[in-house]
Amino acid sequence: MRLGQRFYLREVLAGLRLTAGHFFRNLGRHVARSLGRRTTPGAVTIQYPEERRPYSPRLRSLHRLVRREDGSPRCVACMMCETVCPAHCIYIVADEHPNPEIEKVPARFDIDLGKCVFCGYCVEACPEDAIRMDTGILEFSSYSRGGMIYTKEMLLSLEPAGPNGVPRSPVPIPAGRTV
Amino acid sequence: MIADLGIAFGRVAVMMFFVLNTAAILGWVERKQSAIMQDRIGANRASIFGLRVMGLFHPLADTLKMLTKEDFRPARADRLLFDLAPFVSVLFALMAFASIPFGDTLRIGDRVIPLQAVTLNVGILYAFAMLSLGVYGVMMAGWSSANNYALLGGQRAAALMISAEIAIGASIIGVVMVYGSLNLMEIARAQGALLWGWLPKWGIVTQPLAFILFLTAGIAATKRVPFDTPEGESEIIGYFVEYSGMKFGMFLMTDMVETTVLAGLSTSLFLGGWQVPYLGAAGFAFPWGATLALPPLAVTLLQVGAFVTKVAGMIFFLMLIRWTLPRFRYDQAMKLGWLGLFPLSILNIVLTGLVLLVARPS
Repeated sequence: MRLGQRFYLREVLAGLRLTAGHFFRNLGRHVARSLGRRTTPGAVTIQYPEERRPYSPRLRSLHRLVRREDGSPRCVACMMCETVCPAHCIYIVADEHPNPEIEKVPARFDIDLGKCVFCGYCVEACPEDAIRMDTGILEFSSYSRGGMIYTKEMLLSLEPAGPNGVPRSPVPIPAGRTV
Repeated sequence: MIADLGIAFGRVAVMMFFVLNTAAILGWVERKQSAIMQDRIGANRASIFGLRVMGLFHPLADTLKMLTKEDFRPARADRLLFDLAPFVSVLFALMAFASIPFGDTLRIGDRVIPLQAVTLNVGILYAFAMLSLGVYGVMMAGWSSANNYALLGGQRAAALMISAEIAIGASIIGVVMVYGSLNLMEIARAQGALLWGWLPKWGIVTQPLAFILFLTAGIAATKRVPFDTPEGESEIIGYFVEYSGMKFGMFLMTDMVETTVLAGLSTSLFLGGWQVPYLGAAGFAFPWGATLALPPLAVTLLQVGAFVTKVAGMIFFLMLIRWTLPRFRYDQAMKLGWLGLFPLSILNIVLTGLVLLVARPS
């Protein structure tokens, strides 16, 4: 250690200069912004619920079931996603489709988001492009495990996210949820 | 008689108003200043009717929260001492401000009121006595909590306080030698004199080394970062680990009041107290000959304003240090106190004596 460093005072002053420089620079920016002289903010903070970071289009967010033109699910209940799911969080009950051209339709399609690891394998595995993870919705929390189970109707109601990943659908609320 | 009583009460009331409000707002200052230093925004969510005013309601919200929280006492804690400790701690911190002058005398009719809460001939000694008594509250808290971490924190506080007190006491001797008084009002008054006809004879000019030593030891005495080993929130939680609710809030308040006291003391001793450069009792008299006469009330207001501004500046500086430096390790803090600050203070006394001897008009 050099003598100047041993006395510590010079290093302290260098540190104080750095932090004071940040303080006055940012203070000036805040003041300039409040006076309307500047449009960019003085801090790097993103005020989260009101402001969001732009999400990447590749972001894996809450699942949705893609609809056909008549509104019925595109899913044919082939069980591929349920099979590939490493967390075993997808539950499908198959049913006959009224249209003989289409093989099957899910009578139930539940995803337990409390178990889901958001790996996206279900999207990869789907032969019909019937499940996607592009809603941009990330805020689905619940006070109970049951509140994390999302049903076919809820997943069908979702829209893909808009530009910058801003969700276009409200967060679906499970029917039995109390809070 | 009644008027005298009213004046005495008023002097104390003004001082308490100043100190308590400064301490309350310091919580906000600390959060906001650290945020701006770190490119953040800081607390801004507390609102009344949608009004946020830069988070100024946060101290209010914090106080409400602390007042309504559970006041928990450990089963094996000493009942009396545990309850008494935060009060002792905050009481001595508040009392320390009493002898600090915030202005020269104020004339109302034929009365001359010195603008300080208590006129004391030994103002410096009183202030430091109160500051060192503050450690009793901390030690009581640490010891009575029946918690080893709290005890460790209390003992660290005591050790730190002793090593800081020595350096504080030794460093101000130089100031006392230069201004020849222990009365803070007299010291502030003497700092109005001019050196070589133009330089205000402030303590930072005549005693620069003492200023650095006093400030370092003073920060150690307030137990704040970088000398927060008694608290050491990442290792031991410190002497107030068992406190909750407003009693914990009182320890926080003690911190803020002590910061204010340190700022007030260093202002009085080293930054000229309530002195405005070149401002005398009759108005400004600049060294280049110009004069500007002012009515006595305006002079007094200017002086009080100068004191408040200087204290605010000192608090800003103390906060800057608090949010810049990392914590000293316990042994480093001890070494700095005993092997760094104390010998340097002695050296300062010797140097001051030599300079006074040489410069003395014979």
